[in-house]
Amino acid sequence: MIQLFTRDVVLSVRSGGGFGLALVFFLILVVLMPFALGPDQSVLAKIAPGLLWLGALLACLLSSDRIFGMDYEDGTLELLATSPLPLESVYLAKAAAHWFTTGLPLSLAAPVFGILLNLNLEVGGVLCLSLLLGTPALSLIGSFGATLTLGVRRGGLLLSLLVLPLYIPTLIFGALTVNAAALGKELDGSLIPILAITLGAIAILPFFSAMALRANLQ
Amino acid sequence: MMPDLGKYAVEVTSAYGITFLLILIISFLYWRRGLIIKRRLMAAEARKDA
Amino acid sequence: MSTKLGMKHFWPFFWKLANPKVFMRWSGLCLPWIIALTVLCLGTGLIWGFFLTPDDARQGSTVKIIYLHVPSAFIAINGYFVMVLGSLFWLVRRQHVSVLVAKASAPIGMTMTVIALTTGAIWGQPIWGTYWVWDPRLTSFLILFLFYIGYVALWAAIDDQDKVADLTSVLALVGAVFAVLSRYAVIFWNQGLHQGTTVTIADGVSQKNISSIFFQPLLLSMIGFGLLFLTLLLIGARTEIRAQRLQVLEGLERLK
Repeated sequence: MIQLFTRDVVLSVRSGGGFGLALVFFLILVVLMPFALGPDQSVLAKIAPGLLWLGALLACLLSSDRIFGMDYEDGTLELLATSPLPLESVYLAKAAAHWFTTGLPLSLAAPVFGILLNLNLEVGGVLCLSLLLGTPALSLIGSFGATLTLGVRRGGLLLSLLVLPLYIPTLIFGALTVNAAALGKELDGSLIPILAITLGAIAILPFFSAMALRANLQ
Repeated sequence: MMPDLGKYAVEVTSAYGITFLLILIISFLYWRRGLIIKRRLMAAEARKDA
Repeated sequence: MSTKLGMKHFWPFFWKLANPKVFMRWSGLCLPWIIALTVLCLGTGLIWGFFLTPDDARQGSTVKIIYLHVPSAFIAINGYFVMVLGSLFWLVRRQHVSVLVAKASAPIGMTMTVIALTTGAIWGQPIWGTYWVWDPRLTSFLILFLFYIGYVALWAAIDDQDKVADLTSVLALVGAVFAVLSRYAVIFWNQGLHQGTTVTIADGVSQKNISSIFFQPLLLSMIGFGLLFLTLLLIGARTEIRAQRLQVLEGLERLK
């Protein structure tokens, strides 16, 4: 399982996408947004938490149809299915590799990008923390969507459509937390719902994804 | 016969109109697809028996 | 004791009803009666509601939209429920009919969601002063609509029948979990403008929230919408069963 994880990370870094793709997408969003909305500092600070969360979400979505796509096409996935490793673990390893190459760098970079949007560092810390807890859920959900759309030609569009409503709760709780922090409220328990979604996703999605993988590989 | 709908006549009639339209559309689509599939299946069964 | 005995006979009977051939027979026999009953209930309910009920003191004649809005919203939610149950039965029991019922349920539920959203918007403009607000209930319905679109799109995207049945069933189950989660998330996110549920059967009897002049035709049109759902569901499921048989036959022909 760990081997599969490292293999996926190495592959995605070598193929040129990897860490870069998500970050560049994030950069585009953050740099272009002030040009679209005007340079007013208070406006930027107000929308920054939501915008950064949304950017992270879209960046995750953008790369999620590649999680299983190539392995399915060249037959690697069928080999993995016949190996002793259960499909649940294959799914988890792939989702973890996806998170490692998108969610993790995004979470770490978000406070830095936040500075461009007049977000102070304290709130940036909360943003980073909420993204660290929330992006695993995004990767897990994205990978789950990828297992459903494996056999579909140009499945990217369908994948986005399927995943869109599933992303909503994570986005709501994530953005809510950071917005509350930006208004100077105490953190209290507002990270708990995000953590709960991530843990819940770890608990139930491997089972369903393995089911979808089995259906696709029959 | 038409009841007096007062100043909201447009809203109420359009709500009823849209609803009826949508119900008719979906009923028609279900009915038509049912008919097409039924005919094709009957033709296929006939070919099989022949 | 007696209920246990009842269940023992009920389940085998239930599964037998879901056998394709048996299903085709009983649904074919029932369908004309259900259609007649649908037309009767929906017609009377809506004519009663539209022509024979008084205006509300505050909302004027827009109160008449309730006879469309509430039943369609009710069916929209229950359509999803039927979809999830059908999917679950498919994954557990491998009954083709159940997953085909789920498939037939989705477009109907989707249409009902659209009806509920549009009639709600038309009603909202004069009463709330806006077509749309990001109120929890409205937002939840929009999310429900997205779930329906995804489910229908997945069915349309894949040809292999058993595979797509598995995949859509998995999606429906996971979707159900997330739909419930979204419901709570959305309430947390924005406390609403929408009035509380106006219609529960108990309320109707005790006449707390809504007076009986409005309630009786409303109940009738809810039954009417329910029957309409059932009619379309049976027609759709019968079509899907035939389509599956057709696919098998055409596959055999190609082999020859």
